[in-house]
Amino acid sequence: MTRPRPRTPESESETRNPTGGGATAMRLIVPLQGVVQGRGGLILGSLIPCALFYFFQLYLKRHRSPKPGSNPTSPSQSSSNLSDLQRSSSRSNLSSRGSIGPVQVSSRASSIAKPNDSPYYIGLDRVSGDPYDRLDNPNGIIQLGLSENRLCFDLIEKWLSENTKDSVMGRDGADLSIGGIAPYQPSDGLMEFKVAMAGFMSQVMGRAVSFDPSQMVLTAGATPALEILCFCLADPGNAFLVPTPYYPGFDRDMRWRTGVELIPVHCRSTDNFIISITALDQAFNQTRKRGIKVRGILISNPSNPVGNLLPRETLYNLLDFAREKNIHIVSDEIFAGSMYGSEEFVSMAEILDMEDIDKNRIHIVYGLSKDLALPGFRVGVIYSFNESVLVAAKKLTRFSSISAPTQRLLISMVSDTRFIQEYIETNKKRIREMHDLFVEGLKQLGIKCAQSCAGLYCWADMSGLISFYSEKGELELWDKLLNIAKINVTPGSACHCIEPGWFRCCFTTLSQEDVVIVIERIRFCKLFTASSPRNKNYNDFKRELYGGN
Amino acid sequence: MALNKNQQLLSKIATNDRHGENSPYFDGWKAYDKNPYHPIDNREGVIQMGLAENQLCFDLIQKWIRGNPKASICTAEGVHEFKNIAIFQDYHGFKEFRQAVANFMGKARGGRVTFDPDRIVMSGGATGANETVMFCLANPGDAFLVPSPCYPAFDRDCGWRTGVQLIPVNCDSSNNFLITKAALEAAYERAQQDNINVKGLILANPSNPLGTVLDRDTLRSLVSFINEKKIHLVSDEIYAASVFSTPSFVSVSEIIEEMECDRDLIHIVYSLSKDMGLPGFRIGIVYSYNDAVVNCGRKMSSFGLVSSQTQHLLASMLSDDEFVDNFLKENSERLAKRHSLFTKGLEKVGITCLKSNAGLFVWMDLRRLLKEQTLESEMTLWRVIINEVKLNVSPGSSFHCSEPGWFRVCFANMDDVTVEVALERIRVFVEKQQVKNVTVEVALERIRVFVEKQQVKSKRKFQSNLKLSFTSRKYDESVMSPHMMSPRSPLVQART
Repeated sequence: MTRPRPRTPESESETRNPTGGGATAMRLIVPLQGVVQGRGGLILGSLIPCALFYFFQLYLKRHRSPKPGSNPTSPSQSSSNLSDLQRSSSRSNLSSRGSIGPVQVSSRASSIAKPNDSPYYIGLDRVSGDPYDRLDNPNGIIQLGLSENRLCFDLIEKWLSENTKDSVMGRDGADLSIGGIAPYQPSDGLMEFKVAMAGFMSQVMGRAVSFDPSQMVLTAGATPALEILCFCLADPGNAFLVPTPYYPGFDRDMRWRTGVELIPVHCRSTDNFIISITALDQAFNQTRKRGIKVRGILISNPSNPVGNLLPRETLYNLLDFAREKNIHIVSDEIFAGSMYGSEEFVSMAEILDMEDIDKNRIHIVYGLSKDLALPGFRVGVIYSFNESVLVAAKKLTRFSSISAPTQRLLISMVSDTRFIQEYIETNKKRIREMHDLFVEGLKQLGIKCAQSCAGLYCWADMSGLISFYSEKGELELWDKLLNIAKINVTPGSACHCIEPGWFRCCFTTLSQEDVVIVIERIRFCKLFTASSPRNKNYNDFKRELYGGN
Repeated sequence: MALNKNQQLLSKIATNDRHGENSPYFDGWKAYDKNPYHPIDNREGVIQMGLAENQLCFDLIQKWIRGNPKASICTAEGVHEFKNIAIFQDYHGFKEFRQAVANFMGKARGGRVTFDPDRIVMSGGATGANETVMFCLANPGDAFLVPSPCYPAFDRDCGWRTGVQLIPVNCDSSNNFLITKAALEAAYERAQQDNINVKGLILANPSNPLGTVLDRDTLRSLVSFINEKKIHLVSDEIYAASVFSTPSFVSVSEIIEEMECDRDLIHIVYSLSKDMGLPGFRIGIVYSYNDAVVNCGRKMSSFGLVSSQTQHLLASMLSDDEFVDNFLKENSERLAKRHSLFTKGLEKVGITCLKSNAGLFVWMDLRRLLKEQTLESEMTLWRVIINEVKLNVSPGSSFHCSEPGWFRVCFANMDDVTVEVALERIRVFVEKQQVKNVTVEVALERIRVFVEKQQVKSKRKFQSNLKLSFTSRKYDESVMSPHMMSPRSPLVQART
């Protein structure tokens, strides 16, 4: 009765390394084929570079520079994080399973109880230890790793102060009477709140997409919404296909407790990271060959971390693919209202609204954490067309319902369509301003971003700044950005991106002044990388550049 | 055809029965849902006595919230704090919240122990807390021992998604359902023989459904048992402050101060749903003495995080010492009063209950009303109680009680008038059972007359004391929402 162990993210990055090496090798092979012309050119052209590559690897292995952590002159903290990244920790998990004695916690617990599992979480931890503050801690780490939106709180605060004059329980019979919040409520959400959320979602998605409150299950955030769907759709050992780069939290939400695998389907910068059906098909077949059952596709649209949208055509193709293979589609649309580009967002719901297709396999995840910037309130939505999934999901919400007072407070705010309209428009405008400012700043440093039009982040190509075109090089730069430049960004490898050098930078927690500082810090880091003085930290470097502090 | 294909596409969890909602007891909840009692609108309806909910102190909480509008943040007074709270999604929870909960947990145990705020792990209600502990302690296929009769939804909470199995340790009335070391050893041995890996023991103290508290000696023997076997002890103490008379409650946290014990094995589950009567707030707590469990459970908090607005509100409420002290005192006084009203009423018609001093329910002994001492006979009697007496009580078999004839009856989710009506229905029913020549019609007529008399009383009471009523509004919601069974199902709502 043991579940097949889910592969940890580390084990995946491990298996990906050879592929990265292979890509480098291909770069050698192709030009060499041209040099070694004639008969056997193909064979020689492949063999020689392969041999060269092998020796090169051997050489690197022998002459690997000592770990930065052991270098006494380097700032100690700057290196600690890299060595924390246990890329082979999955093995130690496997071997420790049930072998040390009866008092152990469960193996699925110990697999996650490890202090640092991914640069994504390491970065977040580091920031919480030393957060930047313009006045109190100007040398702290600036958070660009959390997609949080702080641009529009003034609007919500204004609404609250104008619309909740009677205060909580100020009057008998008001919504917030004690009888409406204290006792047990339906675990899948109050009906009034579902109705309000359906209206809100229609408003956000635009263009007359309608949502039926009876197809809705509310959960305490999008995290449990995803997990509940995963519990409903897949058994331990089954898999979901996920286009990369994908949100690092998917590994926790979808895999950890469910025992379900996520199979990366790699997307390329040349396609602006839009999923191709060929790659999807390939991944599907390979997974099947490994004897693993694929139960569905998980997409995020607008995409996190790239910020692009899936074109209508791609959505149709995905639907065809899902029907052909008889699998589910989970569409995570939590950034649907956080648009800043001019392209139109097409929700899965919109396509299903119009087309007469098998809707049973489509499940949409939504929430208020991004579009209404209320992550603390824990509101997530499962919107499904599958009656059985809805029935099961409702029972599963016993483990993660939304607090009733919070639901009551939000009902009237979310139902105020005039306020919501104003909010959505202002929010888009402000995200756009911040995006333009940030992307322009990066551009001046020669850093380009993927084309994007939604989300609270941009997807920046910093491959020009990395010393090796590999995951290692990327993580080295990430480490420098975190410890020297003191900005926390999310490296592409944490998002399972196959191309090294991409970073997700969230900009909606910043003020415009902060953007200037971030850009300045990245510039330092760039110069620092170029001249690489080993024994200085950021402040020394800053002093050297500018004098004073 | 399409549905079949679709069913195949779902997981075992989505299609199996371990949520426990397809058991026959659901009929009782359906009966209540279809025809809920209301003192004015529906006097013939079914009275809900299967819901362990404490509505006796709502007025105190309401008064506090009104008096402290700042704490709600979504008020003109508190709005300046809105920004920082709304954005807060750290799974550690607010420091103030953890501090306040730790203090409250100490107070709920008479101040004899203190709790470390850094060990407070949040979860979605006690339901989520129990599941979190299981996810942390056991792998699929592993087992936990559970003294029975036990809380019916343990199986769902501990086993549905985790794949953990529960092994009952049978207790019976011969020694007032005490847990003996011999019974524990026997259950443990049997599991060993069946090649099942026993990872721990889970129990509710104060007990649900018995309403009793474990005495110090039993607790000590439990702790030494789990230490010998090197297995975990999960103590579900969600009724810790719902103890209303002697003997006083002893928490496992006190026992481990007194005796030699591997603290890594001790885990406490707590909640504010019962002791504060706030199940709508969904506050569940895991308090573990094991660092790995704290660390791992905290990461799992992401799946059942408490809304930051609610955390903030409760942090303020629970740090108000004067309020908390008064609340705890008042709550146990009101529970004691209600308990005595109810049990005395039952005694008058010759029905006894297991002697209890905690919880929101009694464990009612109807063994002498059974035709035969079998579980089938218990079910027959229970159907009569639901359909004719129109009370939704929970039969012992739903608590895995091996001895037929026991029923759990909740008494704190209604006002005094409803209690009187319920008692009268029971009285008439028992008389009918005893005096065979009283027909059902006569009995029903008597109930009707009695209820009409009560109505005059109730009208008066209801106008002056609306908040104590079983609001029709709440019922509307559960009917309006499309969930077929979730909120009012038997197993689910038994603790619940």
